[in-house]
Amino acid sequence: MLNLIIVVAVILVVAVLIIAFRVTNLVDVVKPKQKDADTNVPSGNSAQGVLMIVFLVVGTIGFFYYSKTEFDSYNLPIASEHGVITERLFWITMVITVFVFVVTQIFLFGFSWKYRYKKTNTAHYYPHNNKLEMIWTFVPAVVLAWLIISGLKEWSKITGPAPEGSEVIEVMGYQFAWAFRYPGKDGDLGKVDFRKIDAVNQMGLDLSDRKGHDDFMPTQLVIPKDKPVHLQIRGRDVIHSVYNPHFRLQMNAVPGLPTRFWFVPTVSTAEMRDKTGNPDFNYELVCNKICGKSHFGMKGIITVLEQDEYDSWYKEQQENSWLKQNPDYLSQVPNELREAAIIASGLEINVEQIESSAQGSSK
Amino acid sequence: MSVTDIQLQQDTAGHDDHHEDHDHELGFVSKYIFSTDHKTIAKQFLITGIFWALLGGALSVIFRLQLGFPNMDLEWLRPLLGEWITVEGKIDPEFYLAMVTMHGTIMVFFVLTAGLSGTFSNFLIPLQIGARDMASGFMNMLSYWFFFASGVIMFVSMFIETGPASGGWTIYPPLSALPQAMSGSGLGMTLWLVSMALFIVSTLLGGINYITTVINLRTEGMTFSRLPLTIWAFFITAILGLLSFPVLFSAALLLIFDRSLGTSFYLSDIYIAGEALPNVGGSPILFQHLFWFLGHPEVYIVILPALGITSEIISTNSRKPIFGYKAMIGSMLGIGFLSFVVWAHHMFITGMNPFLGSIFTILTLIIAVPSAIKAFNYITTLWRGNIIFTPAMLFSIGLVSFFISGGVTGLFLGNSVLDINLHDTYFVVAHFHLVMGAAAFFGMLAGVYHWFPKMFGRMMNDKLGKLHFWLTFVGVYLVFFPLHYIGIAGFPRRYYAFTSFDTFGGFTDLNSLVSIAAILTFTAQFIFLFNFFFSIFRGKLAPANPWKSNTMEWTTPRFPKHGNWPGAIPRVFRWAYDYSKPGAKDDFIQQTTPYSHTPESNLEHENENAKQEDLTGVDKVNG
Repeated sequence: MLNLIIVVAVILVVAVLIIAFRVTNLVDVVKPKQKDADTNVPSGNSAQGVLMIVFLVVGTIGFFYYSKTEFDSYNLPIASEHGVITERLFWITMVITVFVFVVTQIFLFGFSWKYRYKKTNTAHYYPHNNKLEMIWTFVPAVVLAWLIISGLKEWSKITGPAPEGSEVIEVMGYQFAWAFRYPGKDGDLGKVDFRKIDAVNQMGLDLSDRKGHDDFMPTQLVIPKDKPVHLQIRGRDVIHSVYNPHFRLQMNAVPGLPTRFWFVPTVSTAEMRDKTGNPDFNYELVCNKICGKSHFGMKGIITVLEQDEYDSWYKEQQENSWLKQNPDYLSQVPNELREAAIIASGLEINVEQIESSAQGSSK
Repeated sequence: MSVTDIQLQQDTAGHDDHHEDHDHELGFVSKYIFSTDHKTIAKQFLITGIFWALLGGALSVIFRLQLGFPNMDLEWLRPLLGEWITVEGKIDPEFYLAMVTMHGTIMVFFVLTAGLSGTFSNFLIPLQIGARDMASGFMNMLSYWFFFASGVIMFVSMFIETGPASGGWTIYPPLSALPQAMSGSGLGMTLWLVSMALFIVSTLLGGINYITTVINLRTEGMTFSRLPLTIWAFFITAILGLLSFPVLFSAALLLIFDRSLGTSFYLSDIYIAGEALPNVGGSPILFQHLFWFLGHPEVYIVILPALGITSEIISTNSRKPIFGYKAMIGSMLGIGFLSFVVWAHHMFITGMNPFLGSIFTILTLIIAVPSAIKAFNYITTLWRGNIIFTPAMLFSIGLVSFFISGGVTGLFLGNSVLDINLHDTYFVVAHFHLVMGAAAFFGMLAGVYHWFPKMFGRMMNDKLGKLHFWLTFVGVYLVFFPLHYIGIAGFPRRYYAFTSFDTFGGFTDLNSLVSIAAILTFTAQFIFLFNFFFSIFRGKLAPANPWKSNTMEWTTPRFPKHGNWPGAIPRVFRWAYDYSKPGAKDDFIQQTTPYSHTPESNLEHENENAKQEDLTGVDKVNG
């Protein structure tokens, strides 16, 4: 039945088009020709010019109205130090471009309407004007140069080295989730090797490096407020992208090419919950580089804590080092480092126990 | 047939005064299928391009349904998409990505490169420079058939079990290199690469031909400084293609090696599907550099022909010379040159050295200057004109509007520091769909409406053309303008749904509006299709010069035969933009009219030219 209706509808539409085609063609033939040489000016030429003006006016009103009333829904609150600066540049650029955009569209549609064909008019033979062309070469060039310079200063600051004493955290993207690693007590991240990755050792912690024995891997990215956070980013399988619009933060996670991004969060999750009036608000870590089937579901949670809350959280996590939670992997630690590893990771067993269990579980 | 070819070649080369004016009887196959006539090849490109545009558009409608109405039951698409509709009546998320990828590939390469350049470069270059055909008709034919073969392979790839390539039209490895990463990276990706290799061959064959023809086969008097801007645009476009497509080919070749031969050009340190791969030392960023070294010139390959067509149409229908002819050429040359040194602005946040980011920001924003000049010059051309709104003119004005709207947002994305937050969001989608997608598409439609009378000897219906314009114009703005807001809010592109994120909970209404607008815009194209195909057979017969245009193609007969001009090729005496010249009898003076015939309107230096004109045989030929 539905198919029949579709077929009938298509036939009707085609019929309407054929009739419209025939009628307008016939009308053109029958209509008395004007004596002058403007037979190639289609009827209703002026109406087209008027439609241009209507489009211009309705479009401009719609644009400004929507931009104003919906401002809060497309303009996310900023939660980082550099975000405030890039946002300012964004709005400066916006003012300039909206001005250029509106003025040129007014000229474009305005001229189209104003200089629509009239029998008594002749077009003005005006092939060039060097002065005018110079003006609109140099004015945009100067404005652009200014935008570039103000942008580049910030760019080099944002992409420059992270300040001393930043909180170093590793973020790894994989199909289709995020993994995080903190340096633990010693404040240093241990080495990783992609060949060591398996179902449990998700991040490929290389246990021959003692710095990694106390590393811990929580399920969320927890960061302190008002302190530089230095993300060290990598991808495990394909390219992902660490993105969060509130922090104005984005950097690709590339397999084989470690990347980094540092920023200073300025609004804690709790404060943002107050600010947005949404008690369930969370900063979300978004994957923003196509990475496969569940790309759209690759979410992480970022929690921003006050410094003291962060410190106590860190202390608590420190007791749960990855090695402590996965004691089987002690067998991968070289013999001479085992004792140190047990202390660093906080394991509550002695070496003999491990050796016997390692023998049991060795594959 | 080959005898005919040689005859034509000699004629073209020597500008003989006589040409056999009899019909060369060709069979159906050599006339319509394996034709070496540039006009037929152009029509083949056009009709193939229209086919692909419909397919690419239909794909976008399907994935817009998913984005606008995520809860809709799409069970009714099962007869078409089969297993790609899940048991819950939803589009499979992997197939969603496949559709996005195919939409991009089809639109960028098959429609806006082959369909646009292939059609209008082929059709207009010989006709507007006064040549009997392309420099090599045979290579030209090969160019089409390589394109056709490439299209067949791409089409077939959509029907294989694992689905077509799905890693986005930019096919970044490792995603595209590893079949474990997504099912589309299996056979689908192989077919994509093969298809694209053939496509590159086609583009190069065509491009070499366009360049050679423009350089060698211009008729007497058609100096470079008298070429219509369309030809300048096609010429520069062909050069860009010739320099950049081989780089895509090398990128694709290395990807093929990585996929099939175990090399590690792009792969390193990968653990996927439960195993660590042996590849080390490669760099995924290398691919991005190679890809965008083509990819960025490619967007100008798409837009320059459209701008060339627009220059011609706006000038003709404003009844005014194009404003700043030399500045237009200069800005096209500038854009052409700069387009090769801005590619890394697609890569600010990929891990590329930030210092390179600074350099590419500077270069990118410089390219805005010649683009701005072009926009200002179009607007000044309209100023104090006497504008006739043919459908072609409407589409050209629409193009300029899109070019501005989409162009200004480039100032955000080209600025590395602003790109941090906007990269890969819907802001980018809005930007490039307006500035190169819709604008180039409008250029193509404008070209079809304008040169239809020359292509098929008949007129398209004016009213339906205008209806088509307004529906499409308003529709395109309704589709792409709202995406700016969604992008500023941070919505990532290539997302099957936004339901997983609270941050992206809003804008469901706006997304529905965009989808409805997309469906209406797509539907409106059927008005064009009807008008196009019906007019081929039933349109009013076209007058010799329906738009009172100056360029040479309008001096050919209504149905030009292979060889274009029945007699000798007319000679050219002036530029293409003598519209409404003060003192002239008509408001246009064709390029083939000598200055000595128009003493009433000549400027001072032109009177000097008039004295030196050699008019032997001109009255007979240029008549």
